[in-house]
Amino acid sequence: MQRKLTLGLATGLVATLLTMTSSVYAQKSATDDIAKYREMIADGNPSELYEAAGEDLWKKPAGPKNATLEKCDLGLGAGVVKGAAAQLPRYFKDTNKVQDLESRLMTCMQVLQGRDPQEMIDAPFQKGPKKDMEAIVAYVVTLSKGDKIKVSTAHPKEKEMYDLGKRAFFFQGGPMDFSCASCHAENGKRIRLQDLPNITEQKGAALGWGYWPAYRVSSGQFWTMQQRLNDCYRQQRFPFPIYGSDVTIALSMYMAKTANGGTVETPGLKR
Amino acid sequence: MADPMRVRAAENGGTVDVKILMKHDMESGQRKDAAGKTIPAWFISTINVKANGKDVFNGQFGPAVSKDPFLNFKYKGAKGDKIAVTWIDSKGDKRTDEATAS
Amino acid sequence: MKITHLKQLLAIFGFIFAVGLVQTPALAQQKNDPKFNKMMQDSFRAEGIAGLNRIDQDETQKFCSDPKFANSKQAEAMREKIQKINMDSIQQPSDGKYIGDWKNGEKIAQSGRGATWTDKADTVIGGGCYNCHQIDPKEISYGTIGPSLTGYAKLRGYSKEVVTYTWNRINNAKAYNACSNMPRIAHFKLLNEQQIQDVMALLLDPESPVNK
Repeated sequence: MQRKLTLGLATGLVATLLTMTSSVYAQKSATDDIAKYREMIADGNPSELYEAAGEDLWKKPAGPKNATLEKCDLGLGAGVVKGAAAQLPRYFKDTNKVQDLESRLMTCMQVLQGRDPQEMIDAPFQKGPKKDMEAIVAYVVTLSKGDKIKVSTAHPKEKEMYDLGKRAFFFQGGPMDFSCASCHAENGKRIRLQDLPNITEQKGAALGWGYWPAYRVSSGQFWTMQQRLNDCYRQQRFPFPIYGSDVTIALSMYMAKTANGGTVETPGLKR
Repeated sequence: MADPMRVRAAENGGTVDVKILMKHDMESGQRKDAAGKTIPAWFISTINVKANGKDVFNGQFGPAVSKDPFLNFKYKGAKGDKIAVTWIDSKGDKRTDEATAS
Repeated sequence: MKITHLKQLLAIFGFIFAVGLVQTPALAQQKNDPKFNKMMQDSFRAEGIAGLNRIDQDETQKFCSDPKFANSKQAEAMREKIQKINMDSIQQPSDGKYIGDWKNGEKIAQSGRGATWTDKADTVIGGGCYNCHQIDPKEISYGTIGPSLTGYAKLRGYSKEVVTYTWNRINNAKAYNACSNMPRIAHFKLLNEQQIQDVMALLLDPESPVNK
């Protein structure tokens, strides 16, 4: 009687363990297989096509002033592109404000080429002047690939942007009460089968900030960080964040600073 | 002229590994836009790769190949091979890009 | 070496130690920041059905936007207040029916559509339930932001208490947890009464795949 009970218990335990592990395995293998697929296609990242186009645009005269972008100062000196993206956002003396890559490029397009920033701001993503912007962004970020994310809050305006960004990160709004933190403030969570990095910590922040801009396979498009933030807000059921607005730069500052020390893996390849 | 391809060719032990990234919308003709209208088909029909003037790869793509195709294949060759990739699409548009096997 | 005034020295150290023990950092709610408010007002614009009023925060949103304070001991009374406000807003079904059609409930749970600026005013809003929860065990594409609901009624039973609690929780999860990550589904009219009855059935119908 005693032996039968023990045997029964043992079988029950083994059976439970097997079913537990098999369903856990099913879950692990679903996200693992997706990761494997991505590794396989990592070699042919279509971002390279945008990067090639971007390099051409950097060196091509454009705008009413018929000038190239080759004198653009992205923070490391006029015309220095290598390593610049890894240190953005940052404070710029000439505009007296903290700028991310895209708002800084708009400044260069305006000052050097005479192009109207409002046209860029108003254009829908993936269309018109934004197509140029996306290509140039791909070119610039590729030249920081492998560098360490190194963003400073030494300047008081940088510190201020960081604090505003942190507050914005936790700001709840819209008919679903979502903030960035609703999805991105905990470890080990996912939405459907999409893993969510915890952006409030260095490791997760680096996974987010270090991998965008990226080519998004599901839409067949290269998305800049501004587009990624824009679509986050859309899914949070917020109103539309204006292109290059302070909230987007503040959030970028918060994410980048939190990610400091991580590696720039852009341009990334995403689902 | 259509957007340029990215062609890379690396030789190792008598084998050349060719990697080609093509920029093309590859519309299957099955999709509908937001207004409900069918987006017309537009895709790469044929692709040809020559090494030093000789065919090393011929392919018939079609609506089943997705946007911005990536093609990777190997052939028996040598460093310095002149590689030329040409595609023709369903509208008759053409694109050729070259690379040297390194 | 001779230590003079040993008693006094010990008394001073003892005092510092005691003060250190007693004094917990006085956590206060984050202050209203006009610069932050201006940034939010200036950085967004209305688009489609998403108006600027969506960033006018109500009391719950304001409170929960400061998680450090909201989760602190000092905020306990405020949490209770927020939970009560949300609980008081819940309405029981007008026809007295709690359980609808689970097949429809599954469709509602699967849909994450609606309410964004690319949606129309008449786009049917989905429950978005699978975004955060495991529900039907056959569905492997589920999120883990919320707890698994597989075997919901099998584990909890079908009593009136469980039914009412579930109704309340779906209608307004913040009635039970002030800063729950779950949207306030009835409060913001994301789902109507009939749809909630159908989602209830997904969880509480013994014939639902959730409970088989």
